[in-house]
Amino acid sequence: MAEERKSLIKKIGSTAAMNELMAEYFKELDQAANTHSAKVAWCTSVGPAELLRAFGFGVYFPENHGAMLGTSRLAPDLIPAANAVGYSPDICSYCTSDVGSYLQKNTPLTKAFGIKTVPRPDVLVYNTNQCRDVQDWFSFYQREFDVPLIGVETPRSVGEVKSEQVQDIVVQLKGLIPALEQVSSQKFDIDRLREVVASSYRCTLGWKKVLRAAENVPSPITFFDGTIHMGPAVVLRGDDRAIGYYETLHAELQQRIEQNNGAVDGEKLRFFWEGMPVWGKLRAHAELFAENRACVVASTYCNSWIFEPLAEPDPFLGMARAYTELFIVRSEAYKERYLEGMARDYRIDGFIYHDAKTCPNNSNNRYGLPGRLAQKLELPYVVFNGDLNDLRLYSEEQARTQFEALIEQVS
Amino acid sequence: MSNASSDSPPVFFCGVDVGASATKVVLLDGGGDIAGSDVRLSGVDYQETAEQALAEALAGAGLAREQVERTVATGYGRRNVGFADEVSTEIQCHGVGCYHWAQRAITVVDIGGQDNKVIRLAADGKRLDFKMNRKCAAGTGAFIEEIALRLALPLEQMEELAASTQRAVKLSSFCTVFAKTEILSHLRAGVPVAEIVRGAFLSVVQRVIEMDPLGGDVVLTGGVVAHNPTVGALLGERIGRPVIVPPQPQLTGALGAALIARRAV
Ligand code: SF4
Repeated sequence: MAEERKSLIKKIGSTAAMNELMAEYFKELDQAANTHSAKVAWCTSVGPAELLRAFGFGVYFPENHGAMLGTSRLAPDLIPAANAVGYSPDICSYCTSDVGSYLQKNTPLTKAFGIKTVPRPDVLVYNTNQCRDVQDWFSFYQREFDVPLIGVETPRSVGEVKSEQVQDIVVQLKGLIPALEQVSSQKFDIDRLREVVASSYRCTLGWKKVLRAAENVPSPITFFDGTIHMGPAVVLRGDDRAIGYYETLHAELQQRIEQNNGAVDGEKLRFFWEGMPVWGKLRAHAELFAENRACVVASTYCNSWIFEPLAEPDPFLGMARAYTELFIVRSEAYKERYLEGMARDYRIDGFIYHDAKTCPNNSNNRYGLPGRLAQKLELPYVVFNGDLNDLRLYSEEQARTQFEALIEQVS
Repeated sequence: MSNASSDSPPVFFCGVDVGASATKVVLLDGGGDIAGSDVRLSGVDYQETAEQALAEALAGAGLAREQVERTVATGYGRRNVGFADEVSTEIQCHGVGCYHWAQRAITVVDIGGQDNKVIRLAADGKRLDFKMNRKCAAGTGAFIEEIALRLALPLEQMEELAASTQRAVKLSSFCTVFAKTEILSHLRAGVPVAEIVRGAFLSVVQRVIEMDPLGGDVVLTGGVVAHNPTVGALLGERIGRPVIVPPQPQLTGALGAALIARRAV
């Protein structure tokens, strides 16, 4: 029983193109930082990336670096360095692993792309729509690099997004312009912003098509694939290369659909993943579900990079709405309705909730939601304790037992 | 059910539950009655322990290895049982094992060496849902072991002490390490050891109550109640009705596994 098994993960052919694109992106950033050919802005993952691109900044996303620290499993070794200088093990482990990476001068970019250090920022730009941690995280770098820290403060737990709230964000976004003009030495150009926002919107449509392909039975893509292939939607939105990539990827998925070739052979069960991935365990989790002919078909996480309001004719209004109408910003009641819709659209057999110790913002199991939804939809669920990056907070055996027990229950 | 002819020896079904603390084996005959069993510490070599437990159970029942038709392994070490035909989770096996005794809708509470489970079963035995405790020793057998160590008591004496008094100190900390510090302050204040031990048992019960509303008939299994019946009595007191403890509660997981093995043939 204990012998090594052949991997059951089906490779997506487009991955090579994505890797190339990501390498290009990082190399351009590295060059910009080293040669000063362009200014570098650090941006939170759902921050105003379009505005920064419109100024010609190379945009770097520390959260993406955080995820790389997770997948490379460097995080558990680096987090203690951040803990030691006062960043608690209970706060965002993207933040602590990233700060640890900086302190220990150890980045996965070196192994992956031959890049020595993360690109030095000229400005740090956040949006607190996802959490307060990003602001405190970026403050660390403000002190280290002595560069401006600017951002947008978004209300949280929003039910219906009201026009006053959106207007406030519009004002805040416009308020970033003077500082960005100063750092970039460029005048703000509304036409350029329109172009970038339009490109970002097309990227959203492409990414959405990819995720929606999973409505097909069998699904041509798993959540675990999605967490990897969302890279361009996160770091290259507003850059046409991301659009091209999702066309390529979608064509491949479409072909799988036509050939009835599911991402999981013999797909029998379909699950929804609520919360963040455990980055250091992506492969193990993907294998476990595949072994059991179960496909995790959809997630709140991957869907968080769909920004449909960017279609607004006014790019500021589009950005303000897109970054405020996000799942993570919304109230419990909204989230419940959203998950209900997902369960229906993706024809799922059950929910998996990841209670990530260091990210309450992405752990939606904590106010009784799983029980309420299970009762309403008559779908089973499991809540497992873990973390996005800090594997010290994760028990492999417990998680495995819980996943398998859920599978047994619906089989 | 089995393909045994009248002159071939009768066949048996084996369930192996390799838990974090103890390994349990149950042998069932074709009629579903327990023919043999064994319980031993899991140690570090799960495969070897499972082999020994099976050999001992077979010897006790006077059976030969060849008579075992099918084996299902469960527990944390379920994948280390080389002779198993199939694996099943502890959640499944405890559910099946408890339902075997209860035959009605029940809420199973399993307090194991390293984790707790609450499993709700419908009247037909189908699992409705389940929960596992958060990854922490609090509320598990490991907590009682830690407290015994702190009080320099052999584990076997814990039950006797807890049962010897009706008074219990309140240990309010979630954390085993903090609870041990709390114990120190109780000791300094001269609280009798028995009251501290009963307090530790109550703390285990409290952690279980925090997991689920525990509706309907509650069946309590696992090594902790097998060795410490007072835990069952205290849980009954807290939920306001007696809990049901099946015969040999430490064996329920292995029994469930054996029943699953028997069903598969
Ligand atoms: S949302 Fe969670 S994981 Fe993301 S930056 Fe904030 S705390 Fe960290």
